[in-house]
Amino acid sequence: MILDIIKRNSVFTLSLILTFVVVQLMLFTGILNDYYMSAIVLICINVILGVSLNLVVGFTGQFSLGHAGFMSVGAYVCAIINMQMDSTAGFLLGIFAGAVIAALVGVLIGIPTLRLRGDYLAIATLGTAEIIRILFLNLDITNGAVGLNGIPQYTNWPWLFIFTALTIICIRNFINSSHGRTCISIREDEIAAESMGINTTKYKVMAFAIGAFFAGIAGGLYASYFYFLKPDIFGFMKSIDILVIVVLGGLGSISGSIIAGIFLAIVTTYLQQFAAVRMIIYSLVLIIVMIFRPQGLMGNKEFSMKFFKSFGKKENSWLARKRNAKIKS
Amino acid sequence: MKNVWKIALAASLSAALFLTGCGGGGGSDEGSSGSADGDTIKIGVNYELSGATATYGSSSVEGIDLAIKQINEAGGVLGKQIELVEGDNKSEPAEATSLSTKLMTNDGVVAVLGPATTGNFKATIPVADKNQIPVISGSATADDVTVDLDDDGNPTEVKEFAFKICFSDSFQGITMANFASSNLGATKAVIIMDNSSDYAIGLAKNFRSTFESLGGEIVGEEAYIAGNTDFSGILTKIRSMDFDVIFLPGYYSEAGLIIKQARDLGITAPVLGADGFDSPTLLELAGASALNDVYYSNHYSSLDEDPAVIQFIEDFNAEYGKDPDAFNALGYDTAKFLCDAIERAGEADPIAIKDALASTESFAGVTGTFSIDENHNPVKSVVVIKLTDGEPSESIKI
Repeated sequence: MILDIIKRNSVFTLSLILTFVVVQLMLFTGILNDYYMSAIVLICINVILGVSLNLVVGFTGQFSLGHAGFMSVGAYVCAIINMQMDSTAGFLLGIFAGAVIAALVGVLIGIPTLRLRGDYLAIATLGTAEIIRILFLNLDITNGAVGLNGIPQYTNWPWLFIFTALTIICIRNFINSSHGRTCISIREDEIAAESMGINTTKYKVMAFAIGAFFAGIAGGLYASYFYFLKPDIFGFMKSIDILVIVVLGGLGSISGSIIAGIFLAIVTTYLQQFAAVRMIIYSLVLIIVMIFRPQGLMGNKEFSMKFFKSFGKKENSWLARKRNAKIKS
Repeated sequence: MKNVWKIALAASLSAALFLTGCGGGGGSDEGSSGSADGDTIKIGVNYELSGATATYGSSSVEGIDLAIKQINEAGGVLGKQIELVEGDNKSEPAEATSLSTKLMTNDGVVAVLGPATTGNFKATIPVADKNQIPVISGSATADDVTVDLDDDGNPTEVKEFAFKICFSDSFQGITMANFASSNLGATKAVIIMDNSSDYAIGLAKNFRSTFESLGGEIVGEEAYIAGNTDFSGILTKIRSMDFDVIFLPGYYSEAGLIIKQARDLGITAPVLGADGFDSPTLLELAGASALNDVYYSNHYSSLDEDPAVIQFIEDFNAEYGKDPDAFNALGYDTAKFLCDAIERAGEADPIAIKDALASTESFAGVTGTFSIDENHNPVKSVVVIKLTDGEPSESIKI
């Protein structure tokens, strides 16, 4: 059965394996040094955050500004467990515990707030992320504003790859499942979905919790690579940064979030050396992309072999549509 | 529309090629070739040039630039010119980590200066240990920056490659408590602190314990969070209390507003603060008439009569057309301190430089003469500055 699945997704599987092997070889031979490694870490974390937020914002249509809050839950839980148990097992336990707790927080927050819509939901999620941040600021176990120092470093390329691939596969499969289609129907028209007998709150909370789960994983990876955590890192701007990935990539496109996550990580890392003009260039890049691609880099399309094939057929399908329109009229 | 697509595709492809080209070039040229080959010695500069604490970072870099310019004009160090490799860490710990990794592995620097703030500096220390390259901060004042502390605050393990040249927060808290008690004769104090900053919490803790051990009493303690703008609730509560001084650990952006609102409410007691007050913004926010009877501890005073300080102020004015603040002075000293160590090490080798830094004895900088102790902290004096009508009117060296 597994073979069957691999066969059906041959291109996807092949590209995953190829990515892993190529990067691993380049790290092994030293072509990619520590500096490039830190860029890769940023890329993977960006991708996980972008894809998981896209499930909430892009596919379910719930405008959330609180993703950094869930990320911080994962980061702190992973860091605290990992500092007690300084081993790979502790790291993995930390990541999973962080993700599960983040998902639970997602459910807790989602049940009351997801009854709100649009702007109201955005404000409510923003507020909850701030509550989480203030909580970490005042708890003893998180060391308050001083932050956690000396977190052991276990995040490396194989783990990054496994968690990133896991995120993409899980969310892709969720969206292609009947639950996923339900979520999309909520985005398209909530009232219509409700009248079809769909429990919209349930599915919204489900999407929210899954998004929070993977944000927690991203937080754990972050904590375990950058040695140091403090509540300021997960402020309002971090949530905006994640939202930028989703909007830039295209609402409702997983491949869009992946491309945008990679793109933004490379741009920020590359611009470090141009201190004076850094923020100007960064903003200009965003503005230009938004002017030429207001629907995001990928719109709501996915990057697949079909995508290439449809390029050639573009004109034909346009003709076909025109013909259809004629027939209808 | 099709043309736009083609152009966009071509542009992004060429951009990608350009990026990879540059990256590859950088890697193969100086990759792991190490430190000080050629005619220059490379020093990394990792500071907050954008983001929340950009004022501290850019002020420090101004001081560093001036120091290195003077050193290079005087013939450099060990007969070689110093080359600065500057980068911006956006005031974020993760960026500070990746930037210091870049400086150490890609650019082949022999030491890194900065970042200016404690959290960001701490985030670069593991990278320094891994690459065995020293990092020096001019203004990371937390007690546990260069040395691990146990639960009682006693030093346990020194961080081999981390150094700082500013005094610690505990020292500032203790100094201000002593100052309040002996110079101002205060016996009752109120603390208003920024609850979201490790810096303010550390200061408040040490002020409290020292002030109480000197026979004083803390009659009230209030907290706010960075970013607040209205403090009338806290201040009205305090107004009814009986106290001699207010201790206000925190940064200038809130301190300025608190002082103004306190004076408006008729609270005239002296206000004490720490080096977080040192910014022209304090005057802008509070207004000259509110800034009377305000005292704060600082690294450096422009009223200093020391010829080295007068010379520094003159040089700084000639270069930038303004008077230097404490971060300018600390940046200047950080760069001079490092170059002094490279000179004494006799070679631009990171390990030798680290040993020379650790054994610094009575280095004369513009922020005072100091030696480095076994915990990689400087032993130096502190200055208390008194503000009258918004201007520093008196400086007391303690």
